[in-house]
Amino acid sequence: MNGPVLEIIRPGPLATVQDLGRAGFQHMGVPVCGAMDSWALRLGNVLVGNPLGEAGIEITLGGFEGRFLRETWFALTGPNDSAFLNGAAVPAWRALHARPGDRLSLGLAERGARDYVCLAGGVDVPIVLGSKATYLPGRFGGLEGRALRSGDVICAGPSGGRILEIVPEAMRPRYTSEMRLRIVPGPQEESLSESSWEMLLSEPFQVTERCDRMGCLLKGPVLSHRHGPDIVSDGIAPGSVQVPGSGQPFILLADRPTTGGYTKPAVVASFDVPLIAQALPGWVVRFERISVWEAREIHLRREYFLRRSAEWKHTVDLFSLKEGPSHMNSWSFSDSRRRGGHCK
Amino acid sequence: MKPRIQICGETAISVELGDAVDPDVNGRVHDLCRRLRACGVPGVLCAVPTYRALFIHYDPWECSLERLLLGLEEICEEPPAESAGGRVIEIPVCYGGECGPDLAEVAAFHGISEEEVIALHAGTTYRVYMIGFTPGFPYLGGLDPQLHTPRKSVPRKRVAAGSVGIADSQTGIYSIESPGGWRIIGRTPLVLFDPRREPPFLVEAGDFIRFRPMSREDYERSRA
Repeated sequence: MNGPVLEIIRPGPLATVQDLGRAGFQHMGVPVCGAMDSWALRLGNVLVGNPLGEAGIEITLGGFEGRFLRETWFALTGPNDSAFLNGAAVPAWRALHARPGDRLSLGLAERGARDYVCLAGGVDVPIVLGSKATYLPGRFGGLEGRALRSGDVICAGPSGGRILEIVPEAMRPRYTSEMRLRIVPGPQEESLSESSWEMLLSEPFQVTERCDRMGCLLKGPVLSHRHGPDIVSDGIAPGSVQVPGSGQPFILLADRPTTGGYTKPAVVASFDVPLIAQALPGWVVRFERISVWEAREIHLRREYFLRRSAEWKHTVDLFSLKEGPSHMNSWSFSDSRRRGGHCK
Repeated sequence: MKPRIQICGETAISVELGDAVDPDVNGRVHDLCRRLRACGVPGVLCAVPTYRALFIHYDPWECSLERLLLGLEEICEEPPAESAGGRVIEIPVCYGGECGPDLAEVAAFHGISEEEVIALHAGTTYRVYMIGFTPGFPYLGGLDPQLHTPRKSVPRKRVAAGSVGIADSQTGIYSIESPGGWRIIGRTPLVLFDPRREPPFLVEAGDFIRFRPMSREDYERSRA
């Protein structure tokens, strides 16, 4: 069913519509954008029966409140563990059911920076340059190229996929304030001195206040270059660890520019990018070096499980919706808890 | 130089064809880019030509690194394609005044008149080496050495879309309003990037650009 499904009451510090971004226009200088934590967005889509790359709402630092305008399936994914539906706690990583008038609210983020609300049918906004992702500095994509505001109404597209009751623990990202990020050599691997490489791989780095959709600046021992920090501008891979003249690493994330003129001695493996995308100031990062072959193996294993998610247990046909909520209570733990334990 | 492959994480590689900013090296980058696009290696998400390297984003699920490298090797073995050459695009620019607040500074820096700066800047055909920084921002090479000027020490928080700037040996056009440290000598009324327009981009890497001075009146009229 298409149409209005969620009204924004409070967006919190920043909420935007994001999908997996627009990779295909980087030769034109268009940043990829998309969900900072693509793993959480994709799992949210799995829960509500959307294609993996459908758009959802990226909520930054919690503090979000919305009111459902019609009956729908939705899911909340990310590190936030203080979500409420009509004041009663609801868990993340599960398919949840809402009725018209239900209020969803998120407490302040303490366990990570970003959470995702996925709606069955996704978010119905125009596709700009191949994506629904919001690019705030360019003022395009998402809802009118801007952050969500109070009073905005989110419309969903057609739904009808199979919903999944719960994302198994093993498939959820392990968010932590003391993370280990696996890095693969970058285009200027040789640019750092040997002792700086040793420091990069042995010393802890702290997440600074400068941490947004473009990237995350770290503070730690000052890294030094063999031949200076400037290079002839080249391309930038997602998760690139850029080391400018300050000697402090800057990890480039979703809204990164497409090209840049500073050395990039390493790149955070794509599967660990969601972890740093959740970082809050003061969190601690350690780097571990792996080969591109190891990275590929882990990457492919993760993709395999995700793409086979339709075969995970407990999937239910969304068409059973027609039979009404009482039927749903017979299997949905979260629903039964919310309604006071009417389950059989 | 033999192509040099740099690993950039498990989802990208950089194919370096030279070390310097050079029209021939850049021409070979664009040639490789065209041929890679033409043969359509599955799993290549985007090939980004830069000054001296072709940066390739790929999806490891669709395309293994070995297969990508093999494909590139085959392409590199073929003789270079007859280059069709890029388009030449004329960009009208209102130099100085509100449109080009740094024109006087640039002239003073080099001890020449503003008119001479304009004549030198508009007297060359520039190669679009690459597009980057913001959507549709062309990095132009071929700036007259008499105009090479360092960036501003404190970047502006806001540079208007269409602003034409100089940074060292480069010149370029701000495609959207953004922060920036280039010396702004003029502004074009043309819109370099509009996601709602088809095509959204005015200039592509590999094109050539000529600037044509226009009066303030013409500038205002063409914006109206």
